[in-house]
Amino acid sequence: MRATVLVRPKPGILDPQGQAVESSLRHLGFDVADARVGRLVDVELATDDRGEAQAQLERMCEQLLTNPLIESYEIAFRGGA
Amino acid sequence: MIERPRIPVVVFPGSNDDRDAALALERLGADAPLVWHTDEALPAGTAAVVLPGGFSYGDYLRCGAIARFSPIMREVAAFADDGGLVLGICNGFQILTEAGLLPGALRPNASLSFVCRDVALVVESPATPFTTRCETGQPLTIPVKHGDGCWFADDELLAELEHNGQVLLRYGAGANPNGSIGDVAGVTNADRNVFGLMPHPEHAVDPLLGSTDGALLLGSLVDAARSSAGAFV
Repeated sequence: MRATVLVRPKPGILDPQGQAVESSLRHLGFDVADARVGRLVDVELATDDRGEAQAQLERMCEQLLTNPLIESYEIAFRGGA
Repeated sequence: MIERPRIPVVVFPGSNDDRDAALALERLGADAPLVWHTDEALPAGTAAVVLPGGFSYGDYLRCGAIARFSPIMREVAAFADDGGLVLGICNGFQILTEAGLLPGALRPNASLSFVCRDVALVVESPATPFTTRCETGQPLTIPVKHGDGCWFADDELLAELEHNGQVLLRYGAGANPNGSIGDVAGVTNADRNVFGLMPHPEHAVDPLLGSTDGALLLGSLVDAARSSAGAFV
């Protein structure tokens, strides 16, 4: 089973990368109010059980993929399991 | 009380200040063996542990996020839980926050630039094993060199740390090089036996390097390790 984990800086956390991107987009002429930069992790799991996969992914996020103090996460499953 | 307290320096893949830290500690009177990250025990007689600066595991994912799962870190955490003295410098500080041994988190510098220069610091309290050679409010000059030194805590956590006196080291007025909240340069845990800081005291122990102020912090640690040697292992 394949999933994508999206990791984002939590609201209120200073995101200098996002600010740099936002500023560059403005320089290019885009009317941008805000940009935040996060991280994407594609994971291929051995299990085909969606519930089990969800539980494993949540543990992965809590233990390694995110720092809960500063980041939030979102799990999305991809087709072709 | 022993003559040369044993203060191992842990080497992770990507550490690059391990030898500087060991040399500084040796010159200040410690026995500072290098310990490999896959070791599953600290050397017998360990009186304190230093996690050095560098870029462990290439800073992949987040600085310190992968190093915290090294086999030796289980031992370091157990040592700290028993009251053992642990000092994390720069990447070592990042590893200790990721491991939950120190509060807060370290984020990319607000400027997005790597900073490498001497900074002015202020010691908030001499009443810890890491600052006994200092005075309250003492100014220090010690270099920083990091891209991810912007220490963060939310308002509630910061207020709690300030209340407990856990903010041990602050950047001087106008000298904050990375945008850290509260000008925090270094924090301790609640029991004050674990301390992490972004500046590099091991690079400020000889007049040739421009400052000897780092020796006040590392020397305090050696003093504390000497009087506690053998108490934890």
